[in-house]
Amino acid sequence: MLETIVFSLLNGLLYGMLLFMLSSGLTLIFGMMGVLNFAHASFYMLGAYFAYTIGLYTGFWVALFLAPVAVGLIGAAVERFGLRQVHQFGHVPELLFTFGLAYVVEELVRLFWGNVPMDYRVPEALDFPLFSLFGTNYPAFRAFVLVVAVVMFIGLWVLLKRTRAGLIIQASLSRPDMVSALGHNVPQVFTWVFAFGTGLAALGGVVGGIQLVTEPGMAFMMGPIVFVVVVVGGLGSIQGALIASVLIGVLQTFALSVDWSLAELGALFGYAVSQESFFATLWYLDTTRIAPILPYLLLVLMLIFRPRGLMGKRET
Amino acid sequence: MSDHTALALHGLTKDFGRAKIIRGVDLDVPRGERHVIIGPNGAGKSTLFNLISGRMEPTSGAIELFGRGIGGLPPHRINRMGLSRSFQVTNLFQNMTVMQNLRCALLWSRGHGYAFWKLVNAQPDVTARAEELMERLNLTAKRDVQASLLTYAEQRALEIGATIASGAEVLLLDEPTAGMSRSEADAMVELIREITQDCTLVLVEHDLGVVFNLADRITVLVYGEVIASDVPEAVRANAAVQEAYLGTEVH
Amino acid sequence: MSASQTNARALADTPVARVWLQRAGPWLVAAVIALAVPLFMHSSHALTMLSHMGVMVIFALSYNMLLGNTGLLSFGHAVYFGLGGYMAMHMLRYIEATGFGLPLELVPLVGAAGGLLFGLIFGAVSTRRAGVVFAMISLGIGELVSSSSLMFTGFFGGESGLYGNRTVPASLVGAEYSSGLSTYYLVAVWAFIAALAMYLLRKTPLGWMANAVRDNPERAQFVGYSPQMVRFFQFVLASFFAGLAGGLFIIVDEIITAETVGMVQSGVVLLSAYIGGILVFIGPVVGAILVVFLESELSAITNAWLLYFGLLFVAVVMFAPQGLAGLALQWYGAWRAGDWRGSVAARLYAAGSMLVAFLGLVAVIEMAYHLFQHWNPEQPMGLFMFTVNVTNALPWLLAFAVLAAGIAVFIFHARPVMQRAIHASGGDR
Repeated sequence: MLETIVFSLLNGLLYGMLLFMLSSGLTLIFGMMGVLNFAHASFYMLGAYFAYTIGLYTGFWVALFLAPVAVGLIGAAVERFGLRQVHQFGHVPELLFTFGLAYVVEELVRLFWGNVPMDYRVPEALDFPLFSLFGTNYPAFRAFVLVVAVVMFIGLWVLLKRTRAGLIIQASLSRPDMVSALGHNVPQVFTWVFAFGTGLAALGGVVGGIQLVTEPGMAFMMGPIVFVVVVVGGLGSIQGALIASVLIGVLQTFALSVDWSLAELGALFGYAVSQESFFATLWYLDTTRIAPILPYLLLVLMLIFRPRGLMGKRET
Repeated sequence: MSDHTALALHGLTKDFGRAKIIRGVDLDVPRGERHVIIGPNGAGKSTLFNLISGRMEPTSGAIELFGRGIGGLPPHRINRMGLSRSFQVTNLFQNMTVMQNLRCALLWSRGHGYAFWKLVNAQPDVTARAEELMERLNLTAKRDVQASLLTYAEQRALEIGATIASGAEVLLLDEPTAGMSRSEADAMVELIREITQDCTLVLVEHDLGVVFNLADRITVLVYGEVIASDVPEAVRANAAVQEAYLGTEVH
Repeated sequence: MSASQTNARALADTPVARVWLQRAGPWLVAAVIALAVPLFMHSSHALTMLSHMGVMVIFALSYNMLLGNTGLLSFGHAVYFGLGGYMAMHMLRYIEATGFGLPLELVPLVGAAGGLLFGLIFGAVSTRRAGVVFAMISLGIGELVSSSSLMFTGFFGGESGLYGNRTVPASLVGAEYSSGLSTYYLVAVWAFIAALAMYLLRKTPLGWMANAVRDNPERAQFVGYSPQMVRFFQFVLASFFAGLAGGLFIIVDEIITAETVGMVQSGVVLLSAYIGGILVFIGPVVGAILVVFLESELSAITNAWLLYFGLLFVAVVMFAPQGLAGLALQWYGAWRAGDWRGSVAARLYAAGSMLVAFLGLVAVIEMAYHLFQHWNPEQPMGLFMFTVNVTNALPWLLAFAVLAAGIAVFIFHARPVMQRAIHASGGDR
């Protein structure tokens, strides 16, 4: 039992940190530009694929830096030549543009890399068990993922709260007109924020592609969950994104590993429902099958009862 | 509180965080009165309107419309109880034509509600009333022009028209002549006087010419408090008002 | 603007019969086309495609009751389509099992009732706010329902879905539904009825206030309407028609899987409505027909069809946010008003340069798919009228040159020429 709990916690934390790497960029972009970027997970996917391909020539460590930069530049181009054009039509077309972009990116990935998962592996330098718990090894790479995520969070925090660039970003968040009047080029700030946000997603992809899977469906798999994280955490809030990421990561991992159902709970109290009964489906439903819907349940409940999310300052 | 009170405020307050914008306003507007609220910028006039019309919730105090409490109700409920308002910044259905704007303003009061089993164009009572209003607003020639393409004065007239269309007995007009030339403002005052004959009228107004022309009674609001509420002559003579507000402006 | 004015005046001056003809004309034309199309396209593949078009027309129009009319961007409209389809499928299977129940023509109404029921439930929690909150709730509900298809395998039929047989139930009109043709006509009749109903709904007090709430929810409140209630009623009605589309869908396909409630389906209906144009009634109809056509025909001739599809959507969002039908109507209006006089040649020149660029792009994409996806890229491929070997540099150079030349001519010559011509003729404001 203790073993299950500890490992669920560790794995949930890991998954949560991966979610955070994706959602921090998304929440930043939303907070700044008011754009809910549907293609965000596509940049995560590009990060993984780029890192895999670059890594074939340079090794993992160079790819770890190059891939996010390359994806960030693509993000900048998307903002400059796509989003900015659509911006004049309003927020819904912006959202739809990123929605269409997600389709295009997925098809391009299928074109260049094919439909099968990539053989994107843990680099040798990190391919050893870090420690052993209850007789099970904990791989060093997982710890590395956690470290990358924590470094990223601290870096973001410092950037936003302690630097001039962060000050401008925060100011553009609330009053773009004033920032513009002070002589800053707001459209350019937008471009760099978008590039930065997509670069962060790509960094998530570089490590996430190894930890989870690198295949063309990965963006579609992660995309909606990242939205859940950002909305539950509060749009535009980095801390909220962190809390919501870990919450959802742990929640889902627990549901998957605990494998319980109402029936077992009922059995403890000597209560049972007939297999024939109307509620039998619900009664005998085990948590592993509920796990996929938990984040969305959380999303819907959150939006109904507290639309600004855990840490959001204003309503969505 | 007597039978002929249309709108009454009791100890109304509104705070934004620590800022107290409305600090205990009491007001009694009898039926049929044309009541003008004046006060310097930031006195809380627009906030007062937002509280009465349900756009904001009061922090404390009561608002009564014909003796029934309306404080904290959503705007559409208050509207259905017979109170309608116009906005300082023109607030129309910009993509709709003049005729469509007026019809939309009429639908609820004519009992059509959320009906999806009858056509708007097949409701002669709505059409006739809209035509009549359009005539009185001098907008007949602009019948099929989009609201966003009207001149400013026409938009203001349509705003008033949309406000009175429902036949509400109590009307709140927020600076109906703001931004108008002298002659436009005079025309607007005439229009208001003409089409609101049977209504109770509460106005916020800056233009003192308009104020003294139209008002039966004037309330002076300064920093969220009523410092005077009386007939125009008395307000004009009131020393406190002169000091606080009128002093340099009336000659 | 002035067009609508003269239009209204013209209507007022003409006799009643002509007014009716003008109003009913497009509907009569649509009905004639729908009836006549099977004369020219009668393979079973074509009839299935036509039936799918009819289903998609209803579905996309119902989607536009939300997006175009009420300003509600939904990412989960397939929920009502799919659940309606499942309800109808259960009805069909019930009839099969017991020999007792509705005639086939009315089975889609079971789907509509299902859509209505779930629209009531989910609409109650999601229409309180518009904007991003509504969009996110719809996404959440969409994911919730599609993930729960794994939990409630009894209702959803698990991975393989549910099968039915449309020939079992009785027919109201004595038709045999074993052929694709009779099924198509059933779909066409329902599509016509549903489209007419949705068209008329726009003209009711609720339809008007939906537009009002979309444009200015605050003002709508101050004329007595609760924006939430307006959105709710529109949502429920839209779900009703989505369910109807789902009910027809299972009659056409005789199978339903959990994919019908899924995100992809919700995305397709959004794309269809938007590509066609959300601010004109005909828009979603055009979009639905186009999307089904592309799905069915383009996928047969190229592997890259999803990419083309995505690019088409992105292009519409970027350059023609009024949608293809909206754009066509806008151009038609400008042409009728004489705004194009003196600039037609320049416009054709610009269009020609874009066409060249487009051909270059198609060549690049097709060659890329051959190079990356073919088991033997060295095998020659047919491209337009040529046979090329994509492992050589020459075809690539040519294709990119055509693409670049088209774009360059458009940007540096055709567009300036066009703008000058428009300016000289005093058109475009």
